[in-house]
Amino acid sequence: MITTITDFLFTPFADYAFMRRALAACAVLALGGTPLGVFMTLRRMTLVGDAMSHAILPGVAVAFLAFGLSVWPMTLGGLATGIAVAFIASLLTRYTQLKEDSAFALLYLLSIATGVTLVSLKSSGADLLHLLFGDILAIDREALLLVTAATCLSLGVIAALYRQMVIECFDPDFLKSTLHGGNAANAAFFVLLMVNLIAAFQALGTLMALGLMILPAIAARFWTRNIDAAMPLSIAFALFASVTGLLVSYHGKIPAGPAVVLVAGTMGFVSACLGRYGSVRSNLSERG
Amino acid sequence: MTAIEPQITLENVTVHYGQRQALHDVSGTFGAGSLTAVAGPNGAGKSTLLKAIAGIIKPRSGTITLCRDCARNIAYMPQNAAIARDFPMSVLMAVCTGFWPEAGNRHGITAAMKARARAALAEVGLAGFENRQIAELSGGQFQRMLFARVMLQDASIILLDEPFAAVDAETTAKLIQILLGWHREGRTIVCVLHDLLLIRKYFPESFLLAGKCLGRGHTHSLFQQKLLSFDLDMAELLGPGESEAHPHHHNHSHDHHDHDHH
Repeated sequence: MITTITDFLFTPFADYAFMRRALAACAVLALGGTPLGVFMTLRRMTLVGDAMSHAILPGVAVAFLAFGLSVWPMTLGGLATGIAVAFIASLLTRYTQLKEDSAFALLYLLSIATGVTLVSLKSSGADLLHLLFGDILAIDREALLLVTAATCLSLGVIAALYRQMVIECFDPDFLKSTLHGGNAANAAFFVLLMVNLIAAFQALGTLMALGLMILPAIAARFWTRNIDAAMPLSIAFALFASVTGLLVSYHGKIPAGPAVVLVAGTMGFVSACLGRYGSVRSNLSERG
Repeated sequence: MTAIEPQITLENVTVHYGQRQALHDVSGTFGAGSLTAVAGPNGAGKSTLLKAIAGIIKPRSGTITLCRDCARNIAYMPQNAAIARDFPMSVLMAVCTGFWPEAGNRHGITAAMKARARAALAEVGLAGFENRQIAELSGGQFQRMLFARVMLQDASIILLDEPFAAVDAETTAKLIQILLGWHREGRTIVCVLHDLLLIRKYFPESFLLAGKCLGRGHTHSLFQQKLLSFDLDMAELLGPGESEAHPHHHNHSHDHHDHDHH
């Protein structure tokens, strides 16, 4: 019995380097990205974040056309288009009647279509699938280093600006009234968002990059009402989803990225139903 | 009676949101220790005026000058709607955000600070609410909490945006007393509000806005000139002429009727 459990839980990681690298990548992404996911849920920016994650595709595609599936060019290309799309969206919102959500919808659909068209010019469906959905089992040392660097940066910046970032979510105008000059918290949030999206793209592709960042954060909101506790809790959820998802993928022979996101999504959904605060269960019991 | 140096001076301030003009060519002064109501119809730019003074938005043209010592000494209380009321945070922690200018990102919230925060909460009538979630507070309790935060900021200029909106009568009375206390302490207060009864009763000075400045000065004289009137709906304030009832700077006096020369 114990051997079976050990086989089930540990053998995949003990036997295969690609499983270990995948686990390491997920764990690192969870550490850096999930706290940012908590800020995204608090700022009601989950959909904008999602749109941004799709927006990096044209740059990634151009880099792919020029350099193939190479980590650094794709990273820089993605970063360039991501920043460009955020900038154009803010101009559209400011100078036209478009609201932010419509501006982002316009740009991210345009980005995906452009990206897919560009990639199809040169290559097969397999490469396109790789860019759209990532390939967490094929993550190499270079990509792992990139993800780790992104996480170190995120944790460092969040640690340095944590209080300011929290007040920014809670009461942005109050924060601005106390600052003389730029709002570092706001700038840091958007830079980290881009950096984490690019990092997550390596593992989960442009379509699911936000999966490990946002879903555990959403789940955590149903279990604690203290933002300081929501941070570590959502990281724990993300780690659990990573391990479980990879095991499900290995034993069930399904793609790893979607498996991880499926587990994280299920945790979010179950939390929304059964969580301690603001869930279906707690709302029903309050009424009863 | 000596004229008091203005603490806030606006010169031809024009503010735009994107393409939309929110304030046009607004000038005026707020004397040190004055208590001024900013009144006007919806969309008149009242909140914009406060945000511009607080440095939250930059005017497209014109200047806003604060007295030398108060530039870093402003307590701004946003409209209720601008704050994330469902934010996962305890009342105590929310009040402690008032220490942010002091503590910054690096310094912890000390036990002494927490004690001050508790005292401020007790003063606004929220003793025992420290560990409640802010999402559980009623509209009135939330405003009380924001007043407690203003207390902690200990600022010489206090800017309040609709502090009595959606607040019950008892809370309003309590908050007015706190506000008058700040006035007695010599702080400069600028408060956006709609209630003409409150304006007439408690605010010696008024500033009427409808995109531009329609009139400013002693509240009593603005009533006499019918610029402020109970017969008028706030929406009808969009009068044709711009009027200025020159403020006679008064010396921390609360009986503003004595100063009315109009």
